[in-house]
Amino acid sequence: MPAGQPNGLENTPGSGGSGEVVLRAVNVSKTYGVTRALKGVNFEVRRGEVTVLFGENGAGKSTLMKILSGVEQPTAGHLELDGEVIELMSTTDAVARGISIIHQELNLNPNLKVRDNIFLGREIMSIRGIDFAEQSRITRQMMQRLEEPISPDTYVQDLRVGQQQIVEIARALSTDARILIMDEPTSALSTTEVHVLFKIIRELKRQNVAIVYISHHLEEAIEIADRAVVFRDGELVAKEDAGDINLPWVVRTMVGREADYDFREEPRHYGDVVLSIQDVSVYDPVSEKFPVEHVSLDVREGEIVCLYGLMGAGRTELMETLAGRDKVAGGRIMLDGTDIAGTNVSERIERGMGLVPEDRQRDGLIKLQSVGKNLSLAGLSWWVRNGLLQRVAETLRVREQITDIGIKTAGPDAPITSLSGGNAQKVVIGKILLTDPRVLLLDEPTRGVDVGAKGEIFSLIFKQARQGLAVLFVTSDVGEALTASHRIVVMSRGHLVTEFDPRRATREEVMAAAEDSAPPLLSTDAPRAQVTNGADA
Amino acid sequence: MTTTAETDVAATPKRFNINFGALIMEGRALVALLVIIAIFALMNDNYLSSGNLATIAKDVAFNAIIALGMLLVILKGGIDLSVGSTVGLTGAVAGNLFQGVSLPLTDAVMYPSLWVIVVLAVGVGMLVGWVNGILISRLNLAPFIVTLGMLYVGRGLTQVLLGGTNITNELRGQEGLNNEGLFTIFASSPLGVPISAWVMVALAVVFSILLTRTPFGRWLYATGSNERAAELSGVPVKRVKTRVYIFTGMCAGMVGILQIANIRSATADLGSLYELNAIAAVVIGGAALSGGRGTVRGTIIGAFVIGFLTNGLVIVGVSPFWQTVITGAVIILAVAMDQIQQIIQRRRADARAVAQVRRESQQQEDEEAAEEPLKSEGQKVH
Ligand SMILES: Nc1ncnc2c1ncn2[C@@H]1O[C@H](COP(=O)(O)OP(=O)(O)OP(=O)(O)O)[C@@H](O)[C@H]1O
Ligand SMILES: [Mg+2]
Repeated sequence: MPAGQPNGLENTPGSGGSGEVVLRAVNVSKTYGVTRALKGVNFEVRRGEVTVLFGENGAGKSTLMKILSGVEQPTAGHLELDGEVIELMSTTDAVARGISIIHQELNLNPNLKVRDNIFLGREIMSIRGIDFAEQSRITRQMMQRLEEPISPDTYVQDLRVGQQQIVEIARALSTDARILIMDEPTSALSTTEVHVLFKIIRELKRQNVAIVYISHHLEEAIEIADRAVVFRDGELVAKEDAGDINLPWVVRTMVGREADYDFREEPRHYGDVVLSIQDVSVYDPVSEKFPVEHVSLDVREGEIVCLYGLMGAGRTELMETLAGRDKVAGGRIMLDGTDIAGTNVSERIERGMGLVPEDRQRDGLIKLQSVGKNLSLAGLSWWVRNGLLQRVAETLRVREQITDIGIKTAGPDAPITSLSGGNAQKVVIGKILLTDPRVLLLDEPTRGVDVGAKGEIFSLIFKQARQGLAVLFVTSDVGEALTASHRIVVMSRGHLVTEFDPRRATREEVMAAAEDSAPPLLSTDAPRAQVTNGADA
Repeated sequence: MTTTAETDVAATPKRFNINFGALIMEGRALVALLVIIAIFALMNDNYLSSGNLATIAKDVAFNAIIALGMLLVILKGGIDLSVGSTVGLTGAVAGNLFQGVSLPLTDAVMYPSLWVIVVLAVGVGMLVGWVNGILISRLNLAPFIVTLGMLYVGRGLTQVLLGGTNITNELRGQEGLNNEGLFTIFASSPLGVPISAWVMVALAVVFSILLTRTPFGRWLYATGSNERAAELSGVPVKRVKTRVYIFTGMCAGMVGILQIANIRSATADLGSLYELNAIAAVVIGGAALSGGRGTVRGTIIGAFVIGFLTNGLVIVGVSPFWQTVITGAVIILAVAMDQIQQIIQRRRADARAVAQVRRESQQQEDEEAAEEPLKSEGQKVH
């Protein structure tokens, strides 16, 4: 497939006005210092259609989206809206022209309520000032449409990453955009939630909204795509109608090789139980509820246990408690047979148990520091002699790690903010691996990581498991749960409900188990229901 | 061809860019310093005389020692407004110890020896810092408020201890009590350089090793940039936060001793407004008040800028009122220059990138035009 010239109205499927090009990037290049993020890209967005972007981490997808939405300006080339050359100097410019974006990295104000975040900068005014009641009403409506029981009055800092993503989606939807860009909107959502989003996307298509969609959940992306383009190293290398593509093609074009991973048949050699969770409950003072109730689970040396569940099942709460950030309200956590109740995060890391947190922006990255210093932070004690850091040894190890897990960066001294989303995620994983853990806790470790790199990260983890590492990882991706674990434990509403052997289980079984006892979704015909209480019922 | 090995190319110049940027940042303060020195040297012949330089060195040193402590707190994203009061308090404590401590229930009066006094005074400074640190890290109180309160508490205690009079004569110590030598040691000038300047140099060396070569330094920068992430990476955040205030208290205690030796008196207003000069030095030196960014070198240069400026204004006979105005204006200017410079740099980099991309696309077009016939054939074969 030639990376073709824009070809206007030809070969447009669909009907009546749909399929027509609304927004076009012509020969767009973007350079950051010496990094060429985009090299002369021609890209178009069509009315009433979903254009999906595929590409490895750091291929330039987000950069192009930032240009289309006015966050960044192109170094060369220009944009055309309805055939007319435009210049977008800010997101406000873009929103005024009907272009909205859901950012890959969450962009909410944690100290504001959900409602205020959604209407930030576009407050609904009445004669008495901001009309909070109206804002709340619309927010509640949006949440019903998204089938998520999130109250408009919750502070964003009290939301989990997945819920924050929902809020981002709601915010973008509420602008009534003509062109809606979604840069990995679902990386922390599970299949059920994704399908709600897809339902909405289909509605929007019928209203002739043009949609750009980026996701590393390839099957999902293929499902929703009308058109697909593939990026590689800042260039648009392929462009196809959705009908002509399938998973192997996408992977091959993106990565340049087959990149399927499947560790189901890996030999299993388990040792003693290292981590024993005994009847653990966790209390959340904000919501005054128990997000985790009476959970018991043993993880043995060399075993990789996957904790699957929907958003709000209590998985992250459990992980953070294990890591030492939250306190246990009841029960015991035994590491190597000793109760570690009184220890804090750093002591647990010293004892060999560390967490890769779900929210890399908030909990993972030190933004003012370099890639190298981020990577070595947790394992610093390895390079201390007589109280001083052996920086040569440190840098050597850090460089090795960058190569081992394939972080695409200019080097250890590059600022962490220059990395693409997926590469930043690899830094967070690499950091904990450098502490040489015996129990590895991973919360959505592959969020935003491309297929190729997912495979590499899992082979690294399986390699370490063969040497005795015990792993407990949370995922919302059934595919991943089935292909990259020894045992699947399903969590729902704070309880462990059932267990599967990935060699025998099917996707449907696992998903059904997570949903069966899921909290009731908001019914759409109860408009005035107090939304937070909905989950209690 | 234009796209080959871009990451390789990227590796070297990027590094260069970063160091270059840091250099300019500190260079800016350095340039300001040189300009100030040049102007005052031209206006007054005495400015660079060795006598005046010694005076400046002392003032710079007092401010720099406090500023080094302040740097740590600011790197953490906090602030310590209580250092000035702590200087006064440690001075008063030391003064009282020189007067002797009357032991309760007996008539005996105990006279601690000089070094015991020094250690106790610095210890009081550290204690004040520890209280600040505990309140801030354990109770999660805002540093601004805690240390503002401590500013009052410290100053009040100083006044209580001094009871309305300065302690002057007793500082000399008495023969046979083992407490002589405050002036001869702490106001001396080994090799012609005031002792306080030596302390400053020593502290600067220790602090820069602390910041760049020890885990504590990494922890501090990490905590200042993203506390949550630092905590999850195993950084003992609370300990780091408490410790930085103990360091500022220690620095203040040292200055307290050096100051009473220098002015030969423990007074109630000793050290007042030192906190502001220290913050100014840190900020002129390129540190971010929001935490996570700043260096020892920059802070020392910042202290020099303020010292040379203040002294120069006095020596050329600017009225005290205008001195204050000018000092304030220079602080704002120095920090504004930082921002302006960053904007200019960014613009230049963008312009360079645009030019480069243009050039390359031109080149590519030329090449394509030349290869056109060849290429279309090649594609057919494919
Ligand atoms: N602010 C920046 N400064 C320097 N380099 C940057 C900056 N932002 C992005 N880059 C670089 O530009 C390239 C493209 O990044 P981009 O974020 O567009 O990738 P992406 O395709 O979205 O990847 P991912 O799938 O990981 O999100 C990467 O090499 C990245 O390191
Ligand atoms: Mg991206």
